Amino acid sequence: MNLDATFSALADPTRRAILARLAEGEASVLELAAPFAMSQPAISKHLRVLENAGLISKGRDGQKRPCRIEAEPLEAANEWLERYREFWECNYARLDSLLETLLDEQKPRRKAKRRKK
Amino acid sequence: MPAPAQVSLPSDREVRVTRQFNAPSQLVYDAHTKPELMRKWLGYTGWDMPVCDMDLRVGGKYKWQWKNQEDGKQFGFYGVFTEVNAPSRLAHDQYYDPGDVGSSMPVDDPCNVGLDLSEQNGVTTLVCTMRFASKEARDGAVATGMTDGMEFSYTRMDELFKQQAA
Repeated sequence: MNLDATFSALADPTRRAILARLAEGEASVLELAAPFAMSQPAISKHLRVLENAGLISKGRDGQKRPCRIEAEPLEAANEWLERYREFWECNYARLDSLLETLLDEQKPRRKAKRRKK
Repeated sequence: MPAPAQVSLPSDREVRVTRQFNAPSQLVYDAHTKPELMRKWLGYTGWDMPVCDMDLRVGGKYKWQWKNQEDGKQFGFYGVFTEVNAPSRLAHDQYYDPGDVGSSMPVDDPCNVGLDLSEQNGVTTLVCTMRFASKEARDGAVATGMTDGMEFSYTRMDELFKQQAA
């Protein structure tokens, strides 16, 4: 799993729009190209980036070769959000300790009691 | 023990982190605005925070910089305060300074960071909303973590979590 590839593939608005369309179901290159003011080769180029990132796959349905979305890398992207959360949680856990210390300093009489924890 | 932080994507351009603290809001506010306190928690495992300048007033500037303990590489954030309202709200326009770490994070448009604190029965709820200039900017920032260079510090963080769990 290459998160960098996933995210750089996701960083482009056209590619995200393609994925949003594919989330509703399979589509051919022609169908995918229709909403965009873009040549079919330009769309194909975007599809290759998505395919290389593993975000989509192409079916074997004869000439049409419909594109479909692949869930796994997107799940990995969600995991990234979880990492982002962990990053903050790590900071906030430190902040918890700091706040506890500050509260103790504000209440010096309770300090001796807490220290024995 | 407070409930762990929650992350949500309230709109195309935003990321929101919510967390509760067992402390009055003034204390949580101080921890976000006084450099001597900020240095004690804000940052990344393995990184020092040599620069933490805070001109805490509307229109006042701030600058934060972190330095890697091993290779000395630096990066940071800087910006301007847009709302200063102790102890309940702080907002600033934030720019990323890639330093020598580099990143695909957006550097041109600021991210507006809003910190809202509300206290009830001695527990303070923190809601930090980061609003980016565009969805692309947000996704870029979220996609690269805080910076690309920090990937490895997450690994260390994981180790730290494991140690704590052990």
